[in-house]
Amino acid sequence: MKAFAYHQPGQIPEAAKLLAAEPDSKLVAGGMTLIPTLKQRLASPPALIDLSKLPGLKGCTDNDATITIGAMTTHAEVAKSSLVRARIPALAALASQIGDPSVRNRGTICGSVANNDPAADYPAGVLGLAATIITNEREIAADNFFRGLFETALKPGEIITAVRFPVPLLAGYAKFKAPASRYALVGVFVAKFRDGVRVAVTGAGPGVFRVPPMEHALSQGFDPASIAAIRIDTDNLTSDIHAEADYRAHLVTVMAKRAVQAALSERPAS
Amino acid sequence: MQISFTLNGRPTSVDVAPSMLVTELLREHLNLTGTHIGCDTSQCGACVVHLNGAPVKSCTLLAPALDGATLLTIEGLQGAPGSNRLHPMQEAFRENHGLQCGFCTPGMVMTAVALAQDKGVLTEAEVRHGLEGNICRCTGYQNIVVSVMAGAAAMHAANAGE
Ligand SMILES: Cc1cc2nc3c(=O)[nH]c(=O)nc-3n(C[C@H](O)[C@H](O)[C@H](O)COP(=O)(O)OP(=O)(O)OC[C@H]3O[C@@H](n4cnc5c(N)ncnc54)[C@H](O)[C@@H]3O)c2cc1C
Ligand code: FES
Ligand code: FES
Repeated sequence: MKAFAYHQPGQIPEAAKLLAAEPDSKLVAGGMTLIPTLKQRLASPPALIDLSKLPGLKGCTDNDATITIGAMTTHAEVAKSSLVRARIPALAALASQIGDPSVRNRGTICGSVANNDPAADYPAGVLGLAATIITNEREIAADNFFRGLFETALKPGEIITAVRFPVPLLAGYAKFKAPASRYALVGVFVAKFRDGVRVAVTGAGPGVFRVPPMEHALSQGFDPASIAAIRIDTDNLTSDIHAEADYRAHLVTVMAKRAVQAALSERPAS
Repeated sequence: MQISFTLNGRPTSVDVAPSMLVTELLREHLNLTGTHIGCDTSQCGACVVHLNGAPVKSCTLLAPALDGATLLTIEGLQGAPGSNRLHPMQEAFRENHGLQCGFCTPGMVMTAVALAQDKGVLTEAEVRHGLEGNICRCTGYQNIVVSVMAGAAAMHAANAGE
């Protein structure tokens, strides 16, 4: 690892200023993605800006229609949150399946969202629930946020402060884990709202995406059978050492059916 | 930079480079070599320590994160006060042949202790889910799972007896 300066700002504007001052510097949240990147020298920023001392970035709050999760809330905290488990149990279940206990104790929701790994779990939950990404500058709808392989709508110097999730009528997440990494080979998040159903897929392609034919079918009848015959196109799917595009396409349908089933038998994640 | 933290119950203050990993700090500067480095890529769990009571991988933790925190390493685990005995989880690994070469053991034990503290008596499924981030190249896991269940039961019984 190359040496770097280390800042622990106490206020968000100060953090933004530090980030702007040195263009290649990096924010660090849980460090579970960034530190391995630094070790491999895939990045060598002149400075790290640690978000852990910023006030108000941890925890879950709700109002009638939404739950807001602070940027620095860890996966373990979301998995255990009585609020999330009561109102969007599928999201708590998603968080409880990320990596392993040690990863969940450090990794944060917004580190995951900002990183937008093509096999990460949160992007599916965020897009599937039509969440809003809140930054120090603006609010961005999930539909406009994820831009493919590790790319997002974040501008240089922008800091995510929270994600706001609409509370659905029902939701479910099903993940086929890559056995070694535990990332999603394919993960599907399904959410039923009063005005329709959303289906978001992670792991299968270069970035998280929705599946409109499944959304239509599930809006007509929210049942695994409604989508059993729908097979997605392999054109934009990933083929790699872990799985061929064909197999990933097959898994999307299987995981979507399981996600619907999970939503129908929804109960707080254990 | 100067950082101050509680290490295995003792106040500790050291001067570190911000890029120093906690594994390096423990092993090279504080002479606590019980925390092992297996993969150095956040996969294997040989380096697990408790940061403010929660298990974390110290190979993926920068030293500045320790400032103001409480850190417990495998050296800080103890049996009943004053008894000079092994911690019940360590005892369970010994009794149940939960180790062969022992390289993964400190991380296994630290993860297992946190799991037992969190959940009390453990089912096999909970143990297997809880150990997903700890890799062992020797045992085939079977005896580790048995050890962790026995260790958790012993910890639970000791607490109930207090
Ligand atoms: C062994 C292992 C297994 C894993 N398994 C899974 C898995 O199964 N599923 C899964 O989804 N993930 C998995 N992960 C990744 C894990 O979820 C990470 O925690 C996550 O990707 C990054 O979160 P972080 O808080 O650690 O971010 P960091 O590593 O600190 O940061 C990641 C990136 O996001 C930027 N960033 C962080 N916070 C903000 C913010 N608030 N605003 C703007 N930018 C920000 C940083 O600058 C950096 O570029 C795994 C990781 C490991 C090491
Ligand atoms: S050495 Fe830290 S996880 Fe392997
Ligand atoms: S006992 Fe040898 S690696 Fe686990």
